[in-house]
Amino acid sequence: MTVRKRMHLAAHFPGVNSTTVWTDPRSKSQIDFASFEHLARTAERGLFDFFFLAEGLRLREHKGRIHDLDVVGRPESITVLNALAAVTERLGLAATVNATFNEPYELARRLATLDHLSRGRAAWNVVTSSDAFTGENFRRGGFLDRADRYARAAEFVATARKLWDSWTPEGVARPFAHRGQHFDIAGEFGLPRSPQGQPVVIQAGDSDEGREFAAATADVVFTRHGTLDAGREFYADVKGRLATYGRSPEDLKIMPGVTVVLGDTAADARERAAEIRRRQVSPQNALLSLEQIWGVDLSSYDPDGPLPDIDPELEPALARGRVRVADPLAVAEKWRSLSRAKGLSIRQTVIEASGRQSFVGTPETVAAELDEFVTTGAADGFILVPHLTPGGLDEFVDRVVPLLQERGAFRTEYTGTTLRSHLGLPEPIWKG
Amino acid sequence: VTTTHTEPFHVQAAVATLDWVSRGRAGWQLDVSTTEGEARLFGRRHAAPADALWREAGEIAEAAARLWDSWEDDAEIRDEATGRFVDRDKLHHVDFRGATFFVKGPSIVPRPPQGHPVRVVDATEGPARRVAARYADVALVRVVGPAQARAVRAELRNAAAKFGRDPDTLRVLGSLVVDLGDGERAAEPGHGGGGPRQTAQGPLYRGGPVDLAELIAAWHASEAVDGFHLTPVEPHRDLERLVNGTVALLQHRGLFRTFYPGSTLREHLGLARPANQYAVAGGAS
Repeated sequence: MTVRKRMHLAAHFPGVNSTTVWTDPRSKSQIDFASFEHLARTAERGLFDFFFLAEGLRLREHKGRIHDLDVVGRPESITVLNALAAVTERLGLAATVNATFNEPYELARRLATLDHLSRGRAAWNVVTSSDAFTGENFRRGGFLDRADRYARAAEFVATARKLWDSWTPEGVARPFAHRGQHFDIAGEFGLPRSPQGQPVVIQAGDSDEGREFAAATADVVFTRHGTLDAGREFYADVKGRLATYGRSPEDLKIMPGVTVVLGDTAADARERAAEIRRRQVSPQNALLSLEQIWGVDLSSYDPDGPLPDIDPELEPALARGRVRVADPLAVAEKWRSLSRAKGLSIRQTVIEASGRQSFVGTPETVAAELDEFVTTGAADGFILVPHLTPGGLDEFVDRVVPLLQERGAFRTEYTGTTLRSHLGLPEPIWKG
Repeated sequence: VTTTHTEPFHVQAAVATLDWVSRGRAGWQLDVSTTEGEARLFGRRHAAPADALWREAGEIAEAAARLWDSWEDDAEIRDEATGRFVDRDKLHHVDFRGATFFVKGPSIVPRPPQGHPVRVVDATEGPARRVAARYADVALVRVVGPAQARAVRAELRNAAAKFGRDPDTLRVLGSLVVDLGDGERAAEPGHGGGGPRQTAQGPLYRGGPVDLAELIAAWHASEAVDGFHLTPVEPHRDLERLVNGTVALLQHRGLFRTFYPGSTLREHLGLARPANQYAVAGGAS
């Protein structure tokens, strides 16, 4: 008998991006602990694997001024998760922390502390950056070449693991020493080995370098969601890289970030999805999206009017603190032809062309589609990105999770206490 | 949290976040790391003398205060008509340049509930005292007698006034390690009477909870300190005895609160929520 493949589920706190709708009357504080507690408890009620917090180390800017159209500001992740550890029992707690603007001793200590406080539920989503813009908030500035980002991150993770392994499982502290291209440190780690031995490592990003880094190092990949075919291709590609590192396919879980809109009927769900998109793409945000493609000031354009005739600027300095699209000319042409073909305004074009929700339908159809991604080898699970704080997960947990459980596609209880056990990851081997 | 090997931007964000998750109860003891052993854990810089590191700690205290103020309290507006979540005129680049670091700002965390979480500095040693006088809300002094404590407190208050502060915004706490033992017994004599004596761990009081209440009342009455910072040698045993013995006595004498009248740490300390330096100046982003 073959074992039915079960999915993993995680929840992303609605963050600093245009997915999060703040104009909805139900939208509450993005900062108060009560909002984090509500979402985390809801995720735990739904037996989710983990709760995920993103990070940004410099407020985004547009045209030299702070970007003010989306949610701005958030608390520091590990401190929030330490507090959540006290109000949850089983839920994994994942913090995004930059490997460029931190140092291994301090971060390894903070993550091990979270693992101790939560009795084995800590995870670290490793991100990298190298831009001088973010560097302006830190001692070393933009010190790192873009090409070295992953090399530093890989050495960082390896060093952190050395620190986590420096105490014996019996609780004896032993000195550590590491000398590499990016770090030259030695001494004694301040904390006993944590319950998971090593907190779970998550890697976010789809680039070739990112995939290789994940295959070599990560326990979970947080990837972009696409079609079933694209998912299968990514899944096969990343899992195929594991053997090189002596790892088996189940050692790395692939979890795309997804958005879900539910309705009592398919039409109802579509209508709700369209309303959410209208709230996500305000008239001001539509022009801003366009400016990010075109690279010039378009504030004189009417968001309800046609797209600009002019071509995008190729070397603009308009937006800082966010990633620019790779080929603005091609995107502009695609958007213009979409607008022409369907007779769409600027705002309608942006709504149509960008960020459509991943799963829209009744709880039954959504449950079936999620299950299909997992059973056909396109994902091991999903990281849900709700659009509302703090109620954005309630409906999924109340209406979809029971259906997934009925199908045998999701756990009906937590069988272990650690995040590693939820994810079905092996205990890390103590390397001494 | 040390200021020597950490990032000022990260530390202020973490402290502001602790203030948010605790709804206004965060404090931060600033400290420096002078040893080569600590430097090797980070591998970024060599050990340096306490003087230089405390100068840097002062700059970091300044940068942190600016970053906490970099969001005005009413910066979040959620104005649907204009599509703006924040009023960016109420967010400020701090552009702080210290001798060893620069920070641009604004913070990623909105201004914390207390405005500025409580800053604590151990002002026992000379190099730290200047930073305590200028930036601390709470200064700790590790001394064995009330006369010494009174002298340090007077010096700190004078120095605070010279920095343009109202000296009453600085709380000076006597810092003692306490060993309350198992029974009710008289304070073990230290240098000059029944008071604490100097040990490697700091001034140690050893005796019963009643005598400790006497000591606290006496130091307090002679204006040697504004209060105490007590470190129990055996937390389980001594904290219990502190709360049930010493605290109960002090309450009985009307020397200590019998309920929390406020909800924030600043309120417990009788300190006002500070004004925002950028809101006062009305500066632009």
